[in-house]
Amino acid sequence: MSVSEWLSALLIAAGTGFFLAGSAGLLRFPDVFTRLHALTKADNVGLGLVVAGVALQTESAVTLVKLVLIWWLVLVSSATVCCLIAGAVLRHGRAPAAEEEAR
Amino acid sequence: MIPALDILLIVALLWLARQALVARDLFKGVVLFIAFGLLLALAWVRLRAPDIALAEAAIGSGLTGALFLSTLGRLRRMEREAGQAEPPPEDGRRGGWTGGFLTAAGTVLVTALLGWAVWALPAGAPGLGDAVQARLGESGVSHRVTAVLLNFRAYDTLLEVGVLLVAIVAVWAVARADFPFVTRNAEAGSVPPQQTALVNLLVPVMLVVAGYLLWIGATAPGGAFQAGAVLGGAGVLLLLSRPHWAVLPERRWMRTGLAAGLLVFLGVGLALVIAGRRLLEYPAGWAGALILLIEAAVTLSIGLTLTLLFLGGRPAAGDPAPTMTHTNQQP
Repeated sequence: MSVSEWLSALLIAAGTGFFLAGSAGLLRFPDVFTRLHALTKADNVGLGLVVAGVALQTESAVTLVKLVLIWWLVLVSSATVCCLIAGAVLRHGRAPAAEEEAR
Repeated sequence: MIPALDILLIVALLWLARQALVARDLFKGVVLFIAFGLLLALAWVRLRAPDIALAEAAIGSGLTGALFLSTLGRLRRMEREAGQAEPPPEDGRRGGWTGGFLTAAGTVLVTALLGWAVWALPAGAPGLGDAVQARLGESGVSHRVTAVLLNFRAYDTLLEVGVLLVAIVAVWAVARADFPFVTRNAEAGSVPPQQTALVNLLVPVMLVVAGYLLWIGATAPGGAFQAGAVLGGAGVLLLLSRPHWAVLPERRWMRTGLAAGLLVFLGVGLALVIAGRRLLEYPAGWAGALILLIEAAVTLSIGLTLTLLFLGGRPAAGDPAPTMTHTNQQP
């Protein structure tokens, strides 16, 4: 395997690690806010690393642009949707778990 | 390695389907259904049918999911308005033992028949693939699926486009649009600014993607149904967020847009009949252009149909458009 192939494999493995951690967080964290925190890390950093890894394997510029576009769209929508979900949950009067315990 | 992925996919699909069906909470059921649709799209990719995968992801999972969610919202509102006089029905246990048995027996029977039908196919039969490949050069496009859908079997697609028009006519006939629901957020000024910003960003991107899918359909997976689904998705986003630049068209333009696909399709077919050919028998050299014309009109109609299906009824005679502009011009 060449250097770029090793690097690509390393990046994709690191990205998968973020997805794994995000899934574990989704299952284990106590409330919506911390779960969102875990999920957006997977979407942003995890997908970014996977895209970077796959990008190293492509030779076509068009594919490269498409890959970056996919990452950017997921980035924008996941960040916004995270914000919207958290806002909606707060408006419905649900406090973060830590605050509820403190009461 | 490949069987492992496929087996995982099959197990996950069956599990999700079961969970979606037995979910006591309808919202949970809908979310599971959307997840099921996305995995089903992956299954189509594994079967090397990217055209169907695109349609499944966009229409089967995305827009059907949005329709379910809007239905659910309407049901909950009706329950609230009824003062919760009736307790929510006990989900999943209504049929009793006999009902469950009959459902199970029916499912097993249908599955067995389908399995037998696949089993009975002669092994390695070429199907119609060779016939399509042989005449692909004359079809006007170089993607086999589009050649079948818009040329060799254009008749079927014409009827499908007709079915979509009938669907929206039926919805308009039985229900009025629930504008208060859709506009409530916008009118209360409670659409979060992040949502508006995201919609302002995504809708232009979606328009470009729809145009790309329509154009690429001639040579690769894509085409009117996928492009129309993306347009419909953009329409749903607009309905939910009501950015100030988006105004529902007047009703006659809506009707024209809804019927455009079928009208252009039929128009081309009839013009060819008058010119002495058979219905939708494109003249040599014209096929590509005629297919693009039909697909462009069908894309528009599908996008509008899906958007207005999400609206859930006929826009009221009072015409919502002026109200909308009015509210949106307020500071």
